[in-house]
Amino acid sequence: MSESLKAKVTELFNEPGCGKNVAKGEKDRKKGCSKPLTPGAAAGGCAFDGAKIALQPIVDVVHLVHGPLACEGNGWDNRHAASSGPTLYRLGVTTDITEMDIVMGSGEKRLYKAIREVVARYAPPAVFVYSTCVPALIGDDVAAVCRHATDKLGTPCIPVNAPGFVGSKNLGNKLAGEALLDHVIGTMEPEVSTPTDINILGEYNLSGELWQIRPLLDRLGIRLHACITGDARYREVASAHRARVNMMVCSTALINVARKMEERWGIPYFEGSFYGIDDTSTALRAIAQLLVKRGAPADLPDRTEDLIASEEARAWQRLAPYRDRLAGKRVLLYTGGVKSWSIVSALQEMGMVVVGTSVRKSTDNDKKKISDLMGGDAHMVDNIPPREMYAQLRRGDADILLSGGRSQFVALKARVPWLDINQERHHAFAGYDGMVTLVRELDKSLSNPMWQQVRNPAPWEVGDIDAFLDDAPFLVPIS
Amino acid sequence: MAKIIQRRRAVSINPLKSSAPLGAALAYLGIDGSIPLLHGSQGCTSFALVLLVRHFKETIPLQTTAMEEVATILGGSGNMEEALLNLTRRVKPRFIGIASTALVETRGEDYAGDLKLIMDRQPELAHTRVVFASTPDYAGALEDGWARAVSAVISSVVLPWSPAVTSFRQVNILPGVHQTPADIEALKDMVESFGLYPVVLPDVSGSLDGHVADAWIPTTMGGARLEEIEQMARATHTIAIGEHMRAPAELLGSLTGVPLTVFPTLTGLAPCDRLVALLSRLSGNAVPGRYRRERSQLVDAMLDGHFHFGGRRIAIGADPDLLFALSHFFAGMGAEIVAAVASTGNSPSLDAIPAETVMIGDLTDLEDAARAQGADVLVTHSHGRQAAHRLDIPLIRVGFPIFDRLGTAHTLSVGYRGTRDLIFRVANLFMGQMHDHVPADFADVLPAPIVEESSHVSPPATH
Repeated sequence: MSESLKAKVTELFNEPGCGKNVAKGEKDRKKGCSKPLTPGAAAGGCAFDGAKIALQPIVDVVHLVHGPLACEGNGWDNRHAASSGPTLYRLGVTTDITEMDIVMGSGEKRLYKAIREVVARYAPPAVFVYSTCVPALIGDDVAAVCRHATDKLGTPCIPVNAPGFVGSKNLGNKLAGEALLDHVIGTMEPEVSTPTDINILGEYNLSGELWQIRPLLDRLGIRLHACITGDARYREVASAHRARVNMMVCSTALINVARKMEERWGIPYFEGSFYGIDDTSTALRAIAQLLVKRGAPADLPDRTEDLIASEEARAWQRLAPYRDRLAGKRVLLYTGGVKSWSIVSALQEMGMVVVGTSVRKSTDNDKKKISDLMGGDAHMVDNIPPREMYAQLRRGDADILLSGGRSQFVALKARVPWLDINQERHHAFAGYDGMVTLVRELDKSLSNPMWQQVRNPAPWEVGDIDAFLDDAPFLVPIS
Repeated sequence: MAKIIQRRRAVSINPLKSSAPLGAALAYLGIDGSIPLLHGSQGCTSFALVLLVRHFKETIPLQTTAMEEVATILGGSGNMEEALLNLTRRVKPRFIGIASTALVETRGEDYAGDLKLIMDRQPELAHTRVVFASTPDYAGALEDGWARAVSAVISSVVLPWSPAVTSFRQVNILPGVHQTPADIEALKDMVESFGLYPVVLPDVSGSLDGHVADAWIPTTMGGARLEEIEQMARATHTIAIGEHMRAPAELLGSLTGVPLTVFPTLTGLAPCDRLVALLSRLSGNAVPGRYRRERSQLVDAMLDGHFHFGGRRIAIGADPDLLFALSHFFAGMGAEIVAAVASTGNSPSLDAIPAETVMIGDLTDLEDAARAQGADVLVTHSHGRQAAHRLDIPLIRVGFPIFDRLGTAHTLSVGYRGTRDLIFRVANLFMGQMHDHVPADFADVLPAPIVEESSHVSPPATH
């Protein structure tokens, strides 16, 4: 690891904005946040994966991955981060380095040429250049190539130094944030700036969730300057330092960005969520209050309350028809972080019973909230091995599993309904509207008559075929 | 002979190829009770895993040696050992197939040698068969990884011929990476109907066909059984599909003395005839009535289908052997291959592609060529969807990955029946696009009238 990267990682492990970190003793803090991986029993993505996830939703730039094929080749165009216009971000662009590049040390040259080619072909406002393990190992200086290319070509080339082997996906998120802080945010001035400008950090517009939020802000006259990074344009992110308030979603993925923006440009931030009705309202309130302190019209909080009242009422009204259908249904919630408690409260409002929720990625604060909601922490689970989860579902401990794609087939093979609430999901679940969508999807899944059919064993597996046939004599030819 | 052109660009935009370790993992997934283990960082496995799950819509056992930076620099055999022990203790697989990645190969250690030492000193691993294939991402693609993994299995599992081996009515099949579970099932069926016993390596038809079991199994469930792989010397013949399987087939031949035939493709009437004739000769049985009927159905499909293929302009991007199979299929039905892009250049199949040029490149090369040539249809994997959208032409999904369609495992394109079905799939696509004729379609029935004014224009200078 280069000295500069090493320093970055140490600094990130010591993030004062991170509740988990602050709670640690001096000694634990030194060890860093990454749990040591167990060879042969590890799951989850690498730091590069995390960096790419955090930055890829900037839609008008080229994301160029410097490394062997697999890093980009196996993972491009795989999420549903939506764009309202440009599609450049969906290209899979890589130097696809060869054995020759490694042996001859021509990786840097190849990278420069690659940058030149994409700039010539697409004329993007910027090129994000990701380092990966192999170039890091052979000592390719991606930052230097980016500096050179920026000078020569006049297009900002942003080095993202998060090779996979330095750590987890979460660390990669933060290293991506560092790249934005070091090379992007504050490098341009906005074309428009108003006293009600906000940024949202850590929202990636998966399946268009940002567009479930934006109309609420529009209605209040709040201007979303930059979403970092969902549906973002380079210029918006580069001039994000002029916004008045930062809202940070997705727990702590980009906490370093929020805190340093406060440090450098005095932008206050708060952590909130747009999952769940209560959380959406709370977030809107917080935005309004912080904006007023920063010079927004004084009537903003009142107007916000009006909007909240009418939208909450409308959401509950839309949800009402589902209450009878869903009440008493048991849910196993297996996801991370903020989504757990946000969704728990919504499901409980529908009369559903949350039989368990995972707290793998949750902060202590998240856990406290879940514990309050569910009356004790008996139902909190850390990690359920697939075999155990399969057994639970097969036994009928839950009527539906809400999780990410990783456990999809655990549920389906146990013939239990499953709903995707992670990053590969195809439905947008944010804001008031998103909760209605979530509940509608739950109902669609639970009420599908297919489940009963697939659970019935083949008749010859369970006993006498004659008895089976005689039960429906009209289907058998008369002998 | 097609002219082969290497791309000059330094950057790959929208990759066509998938990397070698993924191909190796796929091969290992065709073995019963197996877990493929990628020797690399956790990201190497996680990206591959997600892609495999998206393609097969199945849970995929795939593990990682979880190399972090320090292990990478100091040497990776410790992580390999730890991963093997953990897997053996936790899930007791019968087979672990290791594939190396670019990360660990860049440092360059003797992993095969390390593995031997590990196996010798760890009695816990005695009941697990472990093989190693060197498959750095920076060399070759899916076909190469698959073939190397098969070679690794052959050299460490197959028992060499000895005088004690009795020949059975057994035929070995070494399918290529582009054969679906349905393809393999059809081939097995065919071999069996001649009274022969098929041993398929790797056999994804048992493990990746999409089925629901009654328990949670953390390894593959179904696939080639180790006992049968050991006894491949018993066969009277080995059939390999695709040029990339020639090396594993020859390795098997040299170990066992079993004669072999490499079929470049099993799609199309002529190749199927050869296969059926070979099986008839090997078995001494006449061709069963069923195949006479299927052949006749294929002939009929060709007659009905040719109207829709003739003159169609096809752009194909695929791994070399799949490119070979498909381009011959389309050209054989009267279509024209106007753009052919291969993922890698290291295959003798490419010379014989029925196209003027074959480019070694990416999906952007395919898109550019398809646009320049006015292609009617794009034939490649799911990542071609953006290009097809921009070109506004339909996409026929072939190869790997296909993540935006269901039932890929059950798509059949080998044998008489598979070829017949492929003709129908393609012809139906073209029929769906047929448009009603309008007067403008016939605008050039007569030459354009000569406009008076043009006579005032001075004639072009003559030489």
